[in-house]
Amino acid sequence: MKNNERTRKNIIIEKRASVSPIITISITLISIVMALIFVSVFLFAKGYHPVEIYQMMFTRAFISKYGLTETVIKAIPLMLAGLGISIAFRMLLWNIGAEGQIYMGAFAASGIALAFPDLPRIVLLPAMLLAGFVMGGLWALVAAIPRALWKVNETITTLMLNYIAILWVSYLVFGPWKDPQGFNFPLTREFSEGAAYPLLFGTRVHFGIIIALLVALVLYVVLNYTRWGYEIRVIGESESAARYAGMNVMRNILLVMFLSGGLAGMAGMGEVAGVAHRLQAGVSPGYGYTAIIVAWLGKLNPWVIVLIAFLFGGLTVGASAVQSVGLPAATSVMIQGAILFFVLGADIFMRYRISFNRKREEG
Amino acid sequence: MGKDVLIDMRHITKRFPGVVANDQVTFKVQAGEVHALLGENGAGKSTLMSILSGLYRPDEGEIVIRGKRVTLKSPRSAIDHGIGMIHQHFKLITPFTVAENIALGSLDQSFKLDMKKIEQKVAEFSQKFGLHVDPQAKIWQLSIGEQQRVEIIKVLYQGADILILDEPTAVLTPQEVEELFVTVRKMAKEGKAVVIITHKLHEVMNISDRITILRKGKTIRTVAKGEVDTQELTQMMLNREVKTEIHRKPVPKGKAVLTLDKVSALGDKGLKALDDVSLTVREGEILGIAGVAGNGQRELTEVITGLRMATSGKVLIDDQDMTNQSPRMIIDAGVSHVPEDRMGMGLIPNMDVTNNIILKDYRRGSLGKGLLLPLNKAREMAENIVRNFDVKTPSVDTPVRLLSGGNLQKLLLAREIAENPRLIVTSYPIRGLDVGATESIYNLLLHQREQGRAILLIAEDLDTIMKISDRVAVLFKGKVMGLEDTDQATIDDVGAMMLGESPLEGREA
Repeated sequence: MKNNERTRKNIIIEKRASVSPIITISITLISIVMALIFVSVFLFAKGYHPVEIYQMMFTRAFISKYGLTETVIKAIPLMLAGLGISIAFRMLLWNIGAEGQIYMGAFAASGIALAFPDLPRIVLLPAMLLAGFVMGGLWALVAAIPRALWKVNETITTLMLNYIAILWVSYLVFGPWKDPQGFNFPLTREFSEGAAYPLLFGTRVHFGIIIALLVALVLYVVLNYTRWGYEIRVIGESESAARYAGMNVMRNILLVMFLSGGLAGMAGMGEVAGVAHRLQAGVSPGYGYTAIIVAWLGKLNPWVIVLIAFLFGGLTVGASAVQSVGLPAATSVMIQGAILFFVLGADIFMRYRISFNRKREEG
Repeated sequence: MGKDVLIDMRHITKRFPGVVANDQVTFKVQAGEVHALLGENGAGKSTLMSILSGLYRPDEGEIVIRGKRVTLKSPRSAIDHGIGMIHQHFKLITPFTVAENIALGSLDQSFKLDMKKIEQKVAEFSQKFGLHVDPQAKIWQLSIGEQQRVEIIKVLYQGADILILDEPTAVLTPQEVEELFVTVRKMAKEGKAVVIITHKLHEVMNISDRITILRKGKTIRTVAKGEVDTQELTQMMLNREVKTEIHRKPVPKGKAVLTLDKVSALGDKGLKALDDVSLTVREGEILGIAGVAGNGQRELTEVITGLRMATSGKVLIDDQDMTNQSPRMIIDAGVSHVPEDRMGMGLIPNMDVTNNIILKDYRRGSLGKGLLLPLNKAREMAENIVRNFDVKTPSVDTPVRLLSGGNLQKLLLAREIAENPRLIVTSYPIRGLDVGATESIYNLLLHQREQGRAILLIAEDLDTIMKISDRVAVLFKGKVMGLEDTDQATIDDVGAMMLGESPLEGREA
């Protein structure tokens, strides 16, 4: 009887004392594989061979020159918006309004481009970038001010503001800003030469990639090496400690939300200056939402966000490739969702150690 | 002795990552005795009792209850063996009534609740053991002492005859402690075994029959109370000669640093929490604030440090009006604050020692004012503080959540006195600390007093307040009940004031 008891199987769940980077990386990779397996069930049910499909997606997104170019182009707005979201998330401000902030940034940048088409590029582009940044930031402030003053839930307000921003841009391109020579398409006039981002490496990759990488660098330095970054980190960890230390929490909520929205606004500017060269209704096909996933999977670390944005850009491009065999482009959304689901679910394995061991028999 | 051995824990070993919390610990409890489990923080008392109450499982060793070897898989199975634990933080549902809370913890309820039966039982227990509490009262209406009684009734109702009380007196007034001890004695008389986890020596000598001393995870000895005195117990706990005496040298009192003039403020629920409070703290003086927790202490510290608005009255610091100024202004005026909530307000658990040390200095003093934070200097500063104040930490890059309670408090206090403050506001600085850590915290405070700092000390342990403070004020329902020199007041006077009796009545009694 004694032995019986001793050999019983136990499941032991214990908190990890510390989490090594190896554990973090391997658990993340395993959960991505799990997500792909999960999605393959659906692919299989639809009569496709999952491995072939994934191979097709991978080849298109990362192997071919055309595909790689597209991947980088799609990654640029994800990087900027993801970085913007990450800084708000660090302070536990749930800005899910990046989509709207992208649209408002695109709107402001387009306004400048259309109003001053004859300005030289060296003046016009910075002006557009600044306008996009400020407009995106202001749009975020619309939600941040009630949050700071009366604790109005910013998750709801930032989300609602997305719809307003998207409809505002629609109104402009269907109405007052519609190109008279545009055969009634909902588009503005094409921008002048000076309003277009230079292209790099003889590909369609535009200057926005440099901006995005610079932003990641600046954010990294600000967060880790400046007094302001220290305040942001403290407020994110504990608001009551921040107040106790004499930090102005309200001012920081406003500043961080402005910066967060501003970076998303820069993403919107990049789309009109680097890709579309005009304002149109679908400036962003949901970059602002995907960027939330990017920020989260990137653990709010600027460099990891850049990497994840690149992978997610590839996912979108890959999914467009499989349309040729009859799969919808929404496959990429499904994979994104599954990856997020599994990575978040795997969080418990990072914080706890679970072992299935038999109790020692000696004694 | 002929008494039944109820619990026999043999060679218990429990390891956590990096530490051996219990190392071959042996612990025996007999029926009908009050057994104190004594030891410093980190000695392994809580781990041992968590094993006994089914929360942890030992890596090695065996537990024998009433002569039978058992495996305690969960708190439930501990209860089935008659073991009930009363935790330091009560696990009661505040909007529910006493009877409902008891029903929640019991097994014998069918689909329909039989409240009559519970109320009957409660009445029986309250008569038998002096556990007076109204079964129909809601928990939030009860005092802390009454809530503790509910917890005790809860485990008695579950059929426990081995009760484990984890630091039961930490939150009680002296009168409530006396009542608790009466109950404990009655339960022992009925043949129940009571284990009290504590590090307060005078309580050990007062209540227990036998004492087991743990040190660094090992059993040092089990002794009967009559065999030892407090001096010997302290030595066994610490394994070094300590003088528990606190020496308060006479220090000349300077000018007033903090003056409160008829200050009132609201609590979190919008009710008046401070009512016309007037106080002065001078250079070289410690003013102790006594009182049962929840009588305005927290609000008092928050009003002084700018974290809460005063609705009327004035707060002066060095004759400057600081009423309702921002926390930053008040910090810059030289006010340090060691808050009650160490983890979360005073320290940030997930940040490392360096980042916690610079919480206030990141924008002033030797770290300068530029855009970039001089990380090397910050590190140096942290290393200095860790060295000078003897904070035990693997390195300054260690997240502070991994430090022990005593070291956390040292770190916090060290940061708060490092910039030579004018006034130190400190709440419950020794709560949860063991003898060794308590002593070093008190010596730090006394040293600050000798340096001419003004100190406002909020504490719950009357003995120490009386020893360390120059004057003592008692807060009751947001009012100052009395303000006396500690050399003249007696503990009984202060204890009476804590329960709302005016000092004059106290004197006459």
